[in-house]
Amino acid sequence: MSASQIISATPAAPVSKRRPSRTAYLLLSLPLLYLLVFFVVPLVSLVSTSLYDPAGSLETGYAMTGHVQNYFSVLADYRGHIFRSFGYAAAATIACIVLGYPLAYAIAFKAGKWKNLMLVAVIAPFFTSFLIRTLSWQLLLGDQAWFADTLRFLHVLGPDGHLLATPFAVVTGLTYNFLPFMVLPLYTSLEKVDPRLMEAGSDLYASPFTTFRKVTLPLSMPGLVAGTLLTFIPAAGDYINAELLGNPRTQMIGNVIQNLFESGSYPEAAALSVTLMAVIVVMVLVYIRRAGTEELL
Amino acid sequence: MTRAGKWLGDHLVLGAGLLVLLYLLTPIFVVVLMSFNDPASRISYSFDGFTLDNWRQPCQPNGLCESVVLSVEIALLATLFATLLGTLMAFAIVRHRFRGRAGVNVMTFLPMASPEIVMGSSLLALFVSSGFAGALGFWTILVAHILFCLSFVVVTVKARLAGLDPRLEQAAMDLYANEAQTFRKVTFPLVFPGILAAALLSFSLSFDDFIITNLNAGQEVTFPMYVWGAAQRGVPPQINVIGTAMFFLALALVVAGELRARRAARV
Repeated sequence: MSASQIISATPAAPVSKRRPSRTAYLLLSLPLLYLLVFFVVPLVSLVSTSLYDPAGSLETGYAMTGHVQNYFSVLADYRGHIFRSFGYAAAATIACIVLGYPLAYAIAFKAGKWKNLMLVAVIAPFFTSFLIRTLSWQLLLGDQAWFADTLRFLHVLGPDGHLLATPFAVVTGLTYNFLPFMVLPLYTSLEKVDPRLMEAGSDLYASPFTTFRKVTLPLSMPGLVAGTLLTFIPAAGDYINAELLGNPRTQMIGNVIQNLFESGSYPEAAALSVTLMAVIVVMVLVYIRRAGTEELL
Repeated sequence: MTRAGKWLGDHLVLGAGLLVLLYLLTPIFVVVLMSFNDPASRISYSFDGFTLDNWRQPCQPNGLCESVVLSVEIALLATLFATLLGTLMAFAIVRHRFRGRAGVNVMTFLPMASPEIVMGSSLLALFVSSGFAGALGFWTILVAHILFCLSFVVVTVKARLAGLDPRLEQAAMDLYANEAQTFRKVTFPLVFPGILAAALLSFSLSFDDFIITNLNAGQEVTFPMYVWGAAQRGVPPQINVIGTAMFFLALALVVAGELRARRAARV
């Protein structure tokens, strides 16, 4: 359905060579105005909120004092949450690559006539609510569930060991929720790989592993990069998995931001939000430069 | 490589893929199963017995169906506006030359690349600092949903438009159709599947959104917010009924679309 179409968005076709048209500005005016008023202006107001004097409140109003200290105080108070968020997001992204690559590869090259069915199965989780699916992991990882029982039987898990309310559960939930965003772009990249290139590899006496490393993997890089971004960014900002599957010591930045807003500490919440966005932007830029896929932007 | 080795290699990958699919689908089985659960207590984490009562009385938990109705209303309106605005933008980007193209592309890409919590908190910051703190509710939710659907519509419609064979439109013009006729009879019908896909995607994104909505909803309770609230108190099995119904409805839509596409391809 639509998800795969999004991922496979091809660069724009050659534009008609006419002069800059007035129609273009007409077509663009409303949507651009909307993005300006409800995306750019809010980001500016987020930054300015983060510089308010935290002594104020929603009722009494905040004084704009250029209070940069908000940033130092949230960095000092929530350093653990920040590291944990990026740690969990990185772990979930790696798990998504490890699980998603074989699946995407199988769909692209081994599924035969089952290809469409497998693709529908990949997007099937989207057919029902994100929250309800995450809640069902509470049951699957719960102490009474057979999965925990089996692990206890195999002595992987101690007799008093838990799966739910642990970092493992949070990363499992994050991996589960964002896995389709890894599989779909990987599949679109892999599907474009000409199988004859892989045959050529083996004709030239490369082992299957060498063919994979030298031919298939490099050709699937655009999908891998897109998939990494599509899983890492939402995972780093998520708080649903940490809240439903974790414990108070597995809280992520999202939990803190949400709690700070709820308790009315707007300047601190805004400062933390800006920090999250800034770290992500920097990481994404460095990553894209490293991966040599600038054209993705 | 030996033939046995090759067989093993092929099926190993396929087997691993199927295992990963199992991981993706297991929670859905749980949702379907739990919709028939007859819970022994209010905070039951296990399947205690089979019943059809939940399906007979899906609206029994207080406020559940109201929240579904609210979510559907918001999703319909958000879909309408986002699809309209996004389609205009996609046409401009693919079909016209204008200054600041790179800037426009970045502007459509950025909302998709920002974490939900950041987008939600910046909208809240705007609403609060412009004096709308007391007016958070239906309209602020709608504004937020149109925003995050918009970029997805642009990307989806853009992909469809870019894949269009320009010769079809040239042929129409050669046959003396004017620009309006060409658009109505050729371009629009060809782009329509993309617009439809974008609308379906918008609907599901809007219906399912929690993080952004939770920050900007005021006193309103959408369906995901209802689920969130219930998760703190004990989940009524009717929530799984709604989840199961959604799943099969969406599945039916996709299967119907696929069948239609196949039939069209055969003709």
